[in-house]
Amino acid sequence: MSEFLQQLLNGLSLGAIYALIALGYTMVYGVLRFINFAHCDVFMIGAFIGYFAGQHLPQGTLWAGVLILLIAMVGCAIIGMVIERLAYRPLRGAPTLNVLITAIGVSLFLEYSGQLFLGATPRNFPEIFPSVNFQVGTLVISSNQLLVIGTAVVLMLGLQLIVFRTRIGTAMRAVSLNPNAARLVGVNNDVVISFTFGLGSALAAAGGILYATNYPSIDPLMGVMPGLKAFVAAILGGIGNIPGAALGGLLLGTVETFVGGSQYSTYKDAIAFGILIVILLFRPAGLLGKLMVEKV
Amino acid sequence: MPRPHLALVLAIAASIAVTLFSGSIDAYLLDVAMGVGINIILAVSLNLVNGHTGQFSLGHAGFMAVGAYLSSAVTLNLGPRLLGEDGGAAWSQGGLFALALVIGGLCAAFAGLLIGIPSLRLKGDYLALVTLGFGEIIRVIFQNVEALGGALGLIGMPAYTTFAWTYGCVALTIFTVGCLVNSTYGCGFRATHDDEIAAESVGLDTTRYKIVAFVIGAFFAGIAGGLFAHFKLTIDPRGFDFTRSIEIVVMVILGGMGNTVGVILAAILLTILPEALRQVSEYRMIIYSLLLISLMMLRPNGLFNFKFGSRRP
Repeated sequence: MSEFLQQLLNGLSLGAIYALIALGYTMVYGVLRFINFAHCDVFMIGAFIGYFAGQHLPQGTLWAGVLILLIAMVGCAIIGMVIERLAYRPLRGAPTLNVLITAIGVSLFLEYSGQLFLGATPRNFPEIFPSVNFQVGTLVISSNQLLVIGTAVVLMLGLQLIVFRTRIGTAMRAVSLNPNAARLVGVNNDVVISFTFGLGSALAAAGGILYATNYPSIDPLMGVMPGLKAFVAAILGGIGNIPGAALGGLLLGTVETFVGGSQYSTYKDAIAFGILIVILLFRPAGLLGKLMVEKV
Repeated sequence: MPRPHLALVLAIAASIAVTLFSGSIDAYLLDVAMGVGINIILAVSLNLVNGHTGQFSLGHAGFMAVGAYLSSAVTLNLGPRLLGEDGGAAWSQGGLFALALVIGGLCAAFAGLLIGIPSLRLKGDYLALVTLGFGEIIRVIFQNVEALGGALGLIGMPAYTTFAWTYGCVALTIFTVGCLVNSTYGCGFRATHDDEIAAESVGLDTTRYKIVAFVIGAFFAGIAGGLFAHFKLTIDPRGFDFTRSIEIVVMVILGGMGNTVGVILAAILLTILPEALRQVSEYRMIIYSLLLISLMMLRPNGLFNFKFGSRRP
């Protein structure tokens, strides 16, 4: 029983990170209807910003950790908006395939220029947050896990507030429902899309920092696998659906951790892929999504 | 004989003729030429999926890996038993190689069917991600299967791939894809590419067309993998990673999606250029990525989008 709880806790903290990344995929899909391949590299850049910021700030204190988190989030929000402005905006209205190819190009560009300028060898991520282990019965709870879950919950609640309680959030939902109708009632689509990229990238950066605190080895290709899994999480919950992304991330992280703890641990990475196939076969709209019929 | 068939026979005859004189051709040149041929097969077969049918597969190297491993397994395990210790006569070696290639191709096609059915039923970009995931997973599987050499890969394949085999397969691939796309059935591929909703409304089963294109593409990728394995004589899982898939995708996009002549030219160019530019090889992926982005903005129909050969404006 205690092992079950332990694995559940590990799974939830991994799932919270997946959920943070999945939110970015799902929001961009919501407003632009395409998969932002470069999102997983923004996650990587977030971790690297944290790495470099961590070298100039005292380690192991809570305020410095929060500061690093904020720096990375703001930095990545700017990078996300710049990517959108330079690469995706010129293609507004182009066929989806062209935008997709561009997104793959941006992703490759970030990964391989990262390898060239930052080096392909993994680096040790500093301990930016104070780390303590609590013993509850036979259960070992590390403060990092609590931190991951806590931060993720706070950020998701914040996101929920932005999307449902602010003017820009209303505009986001409008663009996602129907971009042309939104433009007719005076929504500036470009601003909304830019803001969506910024928001999603900030969440990815937070995910990157939290991931790196739990798995303290970062390299320019670190985003690929978590990115792929977060995407599966977004599909699992229903792409374009914000609570769905959170649910999908938590589910996927938990399942993966349980598989990793069983005798089939070598197939841990394959499990996300299996889930993706099953979901696409039986419920392509995802757990919380509604199947939309495309109208001409 | 109709013109395409005549061209096919002539091309195969020409490649056999070149092989007869291969002793007097520079070995390095021959090596590069065979690399070019294998890449042409990959690019033309991917073009059927990404170009003609308008889907987007990112896992072509994965299918190539399936073909390479399975065909090597056939020649390594069945070869000594069927041919005996001395290696057998030339014709029986050829027969074994043909069998190995076909088995490799069929296994790749089956893998394509398995991942094509769930992901191609849906519209949108699912295929890109599923194939990307597949490319990664297939590597993990080959790395973990000890019977297939594990992380070290397979070694000791007999050097069956010759100029004739390579360019015979090239001719066959171009012939099959060309005839398929220009046939009445092939109009379905183009209709799926141009407008899926309109194609469905006139009664075409677009999912079926997409899956057929994807499976045929995977089959030829498997053949290319078999040729590659018996050309390099050693394969390991890392040789079929995401970078390899991207290389093939760049060939298709550079040549112009759906433009067979352009894609062949791009495959030739992108195989020879890295040979010539060995000093800047660490910039290769960055150059590819910038190429993808700028092509999409400036010339979305590809670099080699001439009037002839391309049917689309």
